[in-house]
Amino acid sequence: MRDESIHKVLLLGSGALKIGEAGEFDYSGSQALKALREEGIKTVLINPNIATVQTSEGVADEIYYLPVQPYFVERVIEKEHPDGILLAFGGQTALNCGVELYRSGVLERYGVRVLGTPVQSIIDTEDRELFVERLNEIDVKTIRSEACSTVEEARQAAQKVGYPVILRAAYALGGLGSGFCDNEQQLNELAEKAFAFSPQVLVEKSLKGWKEIEYEVVRDKYDNCITVCNMENFDPLGIHTGESIVVAPSQTLTNAEFHKLRALAIKIIRHIGIVGECNVQYALDPQSEDYRVIEVNARLSRSSALASKATGYPLAFVAAKLGLGYGLFELKNAVTKETSAFFEPALDYVVCKIPRWDLSKFHGVDRELGSSMKSVGEVMAIGRTFEEALQKGLRMIGQGMHGFVENKELTIPNVDAALHEPTDKRIFVVSKAMHMPEYTIDRIYELTKIDRWFLEKLKHIIDIDDRLKSVTSITSSDGTTASLIDSALRAIPADLIREAKMYGFSDFQIARAIGLENEVNRLEDGHSHGEKMHRAMLVVREFRKRLGILPVVKQIDTMAAEYPTQTNYLYLTYSSLDGAQNNVGHDVTYENDSRSVIVLGSGAYRIGSSVEFDWCGVQALNTIRREGYRSIMINYNPETVSTDYDLCDRLYFDELTFERVMDIIDLEIPYGVIVSTGGQIPNNLAVYLDEEHVPILGTQACDIDCAEDRAKFSAMLNEIGVNQPEWSALTSMEDIDSFVERVGFPVLVRPSYVLSGAAMNVCSNKEELERFLKLAANVSKNHPVVVSKFIEHAKEIEMDAVARNGEILAYAISEHIEYAGVHSGDATIQFPPQKLYVETVRRIKRISKQIAKALHINGPFNIQYMARQNDILVIECNLRASRSFPFVSKVLKLNLIDLATHVMLKLPVERPSKNLFDLDYVGIKASQFSFNRLQNADPVLGVDMASTGEVGCIGDTTDIALLTAMLSVGHRIPKKGGSILLSTGGAKQKAAMLDAARQLASNGYHLYATHGTSDYLTANGIENTTVLWPSEENSSKEYVTEAPSALELLHAHKIDMVVNIPKDLTSHELTNGYKIRRASIDLNIPLITNARLASAFINAFIEVPLDTIPIKSWREYQ
Amino acid sequence: MKEAKLILEDGTIFEGWSFGYEQGDDHRSESADTSGEVVFCTAMTGYPESLTDPSYAGQLLVMTYPLVGNYGVPPQEKWESDRIYARSLIVSDYSAAYSHWDAQESLSDWLIRERVPAITGVDTRRLTKVLRERGVMMGRIVIGDASANATKNIEPATEYGSINWVERVSCRSVVRYNEGGKIKVVLVDCGVKANIIRCLVNRGCEVIRVPWNYDYTEMDFDALFLGNGPGDPNLCGEAIAILKKQMERSDKPIFGICLGNQLLAKAAGANVYKLKYGHRSHNQPVRLVGENQCFITAQNHGYAVDAKTLPNDWKELFVNMNDGSNEGIQHSSKPWFSAQFHPEACSGPVDTEFLFDRFVASIKK
Repeated sequence: MRDESIHKVLLLGSGALKIGEAGEFDYSGSQALKALREEGIKTVLINPNIATVQTSEGVADEIYYLPVQPYFVERVIEKEHPDGILLAFGGQTALNCGVELYRSGVLERYGVRVLGTPVQSIIDTEDRELFVERLNEIDVKTIRSEACSTVEEARQAAQKVGYPVILRAAYALGGLGSGFCDNEQQLNELAEKAFAFSPQVLVEKSLKGWKEIEYEVVRDKYDNCITVCNMENFDPLGIHTGESIVVAPSQTLTNAEFHKLRALAIKIIRHIGIVGECNVQYALDPQSEDYRVIEVNARLSRSSALASKATGYPLAFVAAKLGLGYGLFELKNAVTKETSAFFEPALDYVVCKIPRWDLSKFHGVDRELGSSMKSVGEVMAIGRTFEEALQKGLRMIGQGMHGFVENKELTIPNVDAALHEPTDKRIFVVSKAMHMPEYTIDRIYELTKIDRWFLEKLKHIIDIDDRLKSVTSITSSDGTTASLIDSALRAIPADLIREAKMYGFSDFQIARAIGLENEVNRLEDGHSHGEKMHRAMLVVREFRKRLGILPVVKQIDTMAAEYPTQTNYLYLTYSSLDGAQNNVGHDVTYENDSRSVIVLGSGAYRIGSSVEFDWCGVQALNTIRREGYRSIMINYNPETVSTDYDLCDRLYFDELTFERVMDIIDLEIPYGVIVSTGGQIPNNLAVYLDEEHVPILGTQACDIDCAEDRAKFSAMLNEIGVNQPEWSALTSMEDIDSFVERVGFPVLVRPSYVLSGAAMNVCSNKEELERFLKLAANVSKNHPVVVSKFIEHAKEIEMDAVARNGEILAYAISEHIEYAGVHSGDATIQFPPQKLYVETVRRIKRISKQIAKALHINGPFNIQYMARQNDILVIECNLRASRSFPFVSKVLKLNLIDLATHVMLKLPVERPSKNLFDLDYVGIKASQFSFNRLQNADPVLGVDMASTGEVGCIGDTTDIALLTAMLSVGHRIPKKGGSILLSTGGAKQKAAMLDAARQLASNGYHLYATHGTSDYLTANGIENTTVLWPSEENSSKEYVTEAPSALELLHAHKIDMVVNIPKDLTSHELTNGYKIRRASIDLNIPLITNARLASAFINAFIEVPLDTIPIKSWREYQ
Repeated sequence: MKEAKLILEDGTIFEGWSFGYEQGDDHRSESADTSGEVVFCTAMTGYPESLTDPSYAGQLLVMTYPLVGNYGVPPQEKWESDRIYARSLIVSDYSAAYSHWDAQESLSDWLIRERVPAITGVDTRRLTKVLRERGVMMGRIVIGDASANATKNIEPATEYGSINWVERVSCRSVVRYNEGGKIKVVLVDCGVKANIIRCLVNRGCEVIRVPWNYDYTEMDFDALFLGNGPGDPNLCGEAIAILKKQMERSDKPIFGICLGNQLLAKAAGANVYKLKYGHRSHNQPVRLVGENQCFITAQNHGYAVDAKTLPNDWKELFVNMNDGSNEGIQHSSKPWFSAQFHPEACSGPVDTEFLFDRFVASIKK
């Protein structure tokens, strides 16, 4: 039974989304908070991630947007006096913080009990030596590993176990600082990095090529145990599980293997004494039943979120209840609501998780996958065949792929190497190899060690594709689409299309395979490539519908249909071919009452679109439900709250492609569809859905198109007399040159067809422009390049607003701290604006009104502006919610999505009386970067977004808010008398940094500066020590020989903070600056690369001593 | 692959393709062998164990997990008996390609060798829902040309429940394992799974396997084991009579599993009834009556003990946490107990194997 002495519980969140710790903890934290509130327990949450659902109104009783760090947590405990604390729901961040609070005696001092798994058990699993010892006690095999505390010890250990070895940093999330070493040189490099993150590094024998299997295990205080799910990695050991395609349940394990590992997992959880949930990872020999335990995570994890979504078993919810003292037998199965929570889900489908990488966003990044995580998001696909799940998943990752086949041809110079040393393109390299006769399955197996079962399944997809390709050509006799469909009906056997659909082929893949794309090209010359693809796909759609080849809707019911359930957790599949025609295959009966409202979700988290759109989607669902409509969500991201089946009336865990969305619309016949709360993916569907006469709620598709289409948008702005930076879409070098001649450098260049590297760049001179275009873009008639005037030293301003019938109802204007040139997703944003002219604000309001009217906006929208003096230019306009909606909504305490959803549902709304100038406090949104995981990437900010997450903190002053925000994203206040390394870029930036440098010097910090900066500081009377740039180290110039080397200082850990501002983008500067920046990241030294942000941060930590920051909850800011 | 159909007693037809035995598909000559009671199993692994489990005799086995055949077929020593007992296998997506270090052949080759028909491509979830709603029923597999002409009006097959399946699958003579073992256990073979014998032998028992209707009461032994088996325990009158005789004359320990639980209950005087669609899975939760201890168990049964009819000196040992049905009984004073689930697993979770330890410990030597 539940412990009745617990009345108030503190839950630690995970902070900003970063690689290795992302949205899954919003989901697990939200579930835990729900479980507590249901019991009438008062909840306190610390999480600076303002864009999450868990930090929204009504989820926790008190919310603190403060860093999840021992100092702040202690202050909150001191204030709130909770009875208990939950450490397992905020990832490694919360766990590490909790262990520190336990060790320092804080928890004991304030009488706070750790609920669920005891801290000692956590320590037993986190400390490798203890862990191995504990498992030895019960004769469970672990990987032989040597704990080392110096690089020398690591070298000796590696020699002892023999190369290849794997290096792991203890107490680090997501394999940070880990990797494989084939020789001593590699070990030396990696060990130094690893020690920067952790005092302990483990050297282990590598088991590359073994199968990697995971179990999610639950235990209650009565010692009852279950395993909720097991999962098998498609990629064998050697690739971090976060980087691997993962399948649930396991596919290649016999019953004996499955249950041997299951029994071990239970033995381990009992011995360690977990109360709640944990995850056990194994390596399994592909040639015997031999195994090793890789690790145990004594907390909710990415895998547990995936397991929850894969099975319908709410692990975090149950774990929270177990932490309160319940037994599993006292809880109900959340899906059936009748049967017991003490059971193990039986799946009657297969689930495939695929990671999403965004490595193209980073200059110089290492693309090889290994034991450290680099992916920024993931998708989960559900099917009744493995092929179907995999092909769905490959479409879901949203990188222009149509499945396993019928994609754009990849250029792989060395297929052998690409198979052997996997990159983010791994699965597509396998596809390419399978099209080459020399690559048999055995050969691919030898190179990849991917189990032959998976390879055979992939080959099966290729075989079906080949059969589709051999269909006789389809032509239109009279040039119409109708005759094309008739021709297709005659030429293609229905059984073949059925089979293709069963194994996950999209209509588009089929269209391309049977040559329809070319045929449509011939018929409809003049349309864009994308449109022609769409037409070809429509032909297949129409013709398969005539054949009655339709998907069926199946439930995820945790019981494989053994007991009747009313669950609303659904997916679509083609496994029932006879069933769809008379609806007998569906698990759902439809009401057809026109009360369903479909919200399209935001898909995989990626750089530029993550938890903030999940928040928007969830808010829309809440409003729809509250207003008496049936809320329907389509989304496929297992890390999200929007894919929690509790949150809506029906959840379709499925693709957001036109094809699948239309399949669902055909069944639901909804009142309307909301495309404006899920970011760009649904936004891009608007026009195509409109063509099918789908009722789109809110701003209409033609207006969305007008904002998205650069030319139409410009024409509209001209019409209403609003300026934007001059731009042109150009198709030859000559045109580009003459455009640049007219507007002058610098220019922003955006190729429409990207060969490699980043999609956008700022070029300051002709040499740079040519180099970029030659390297990155292919300028031609078919692939124009958009060049626009780049305005320097301009302020960037965001307008987030909601309009009805073109009239603005509510708005929030916020201001970037950095000048234009830093992507709005990377910029530090203050709201309300602190340093804008009243006239600027007035003009922005006026222009926004004009645009809202011209585009007949109904619902949320966002406009980005640039301002120099009071000159206002429009950068872009999105007729949808933007990334900053949760931030401004929460600071303003006005839910803009709720308001927008009312507008879209055509419900009466009152114009809110809130005014942003009435706020007596400031919100700061700061960005979280994950450069430490992206080996070799240059940690510099530019026009392309690079941050993986963000926080939002509130303070009575800008300084307080900025300081807490910066601390929340991993910056540290340099210790008193500490050292700061400065190299502050060009003249303007140097001047901008001068006051801050003076403040540092006069507050006892020691300044080191590269020589240009040093000279400037000295000339302005600021004491400093000159240091050598990396390129100067071997120089013969006299003045440099006496100075210390910047890199040496960094490696000797003599620097507490680095401010390194690139002057321009010349390669020399990049090399020198790059080395310093990269060293800062690799050695875990805080780095700032923007003069305005650095100044603001330095000013903040000097003006505001840490202990003067008031500990105030969100509610207390009135 | 040839087209194939599953035709249920109520006329519902499921279409698919054949991947098993196909000879003699005109349904007249083969009708006796391709029909049976259609049951579903929600286990996600263990098709070789299930197919060779004699408890599936006379049944057409539907797997709700769609992908079957992935790891091929292991060598015979890992089976649960020496052949396939299920009449047919019905799956959603047969995996023709298999991959495992221990695999000897593909599932399809094995089924063909053992003359067992099988269908893939069936919407097994829909089929399961039909069985769940209407209860288990008879069905027939029709393959190839016969399938195209097959209509709903097939000849009714002999009712599953009218056949004494135990008689068909039990051994014909006494077999001894681990002779000289420290404890002698008589095992009443009603279709016993090999892993029950392994579990006993591994604990040092000499196992004396006797036919289902063999009178062991005069034999020299220390304890009695009642094994699993197919069909309706109400047709096992002879076995129940011998058991009663044993219980009247001796307090020697008794342990029963599955059908053994039902025989013990019958011998004690309780009733056994047929479940609507049975328990066939690896995820059945059971609770130790009166305690906070719960176990995940493997199950395969279509009949259950009516606990309300247990006499006073008997009590429920385990109860099913999903539907409250009986999962085991024990005598209030004598060392007699039984489990409706399968502590020997194979296939399924091994969490309750300790019951064998308890049984062995109860045997005073």
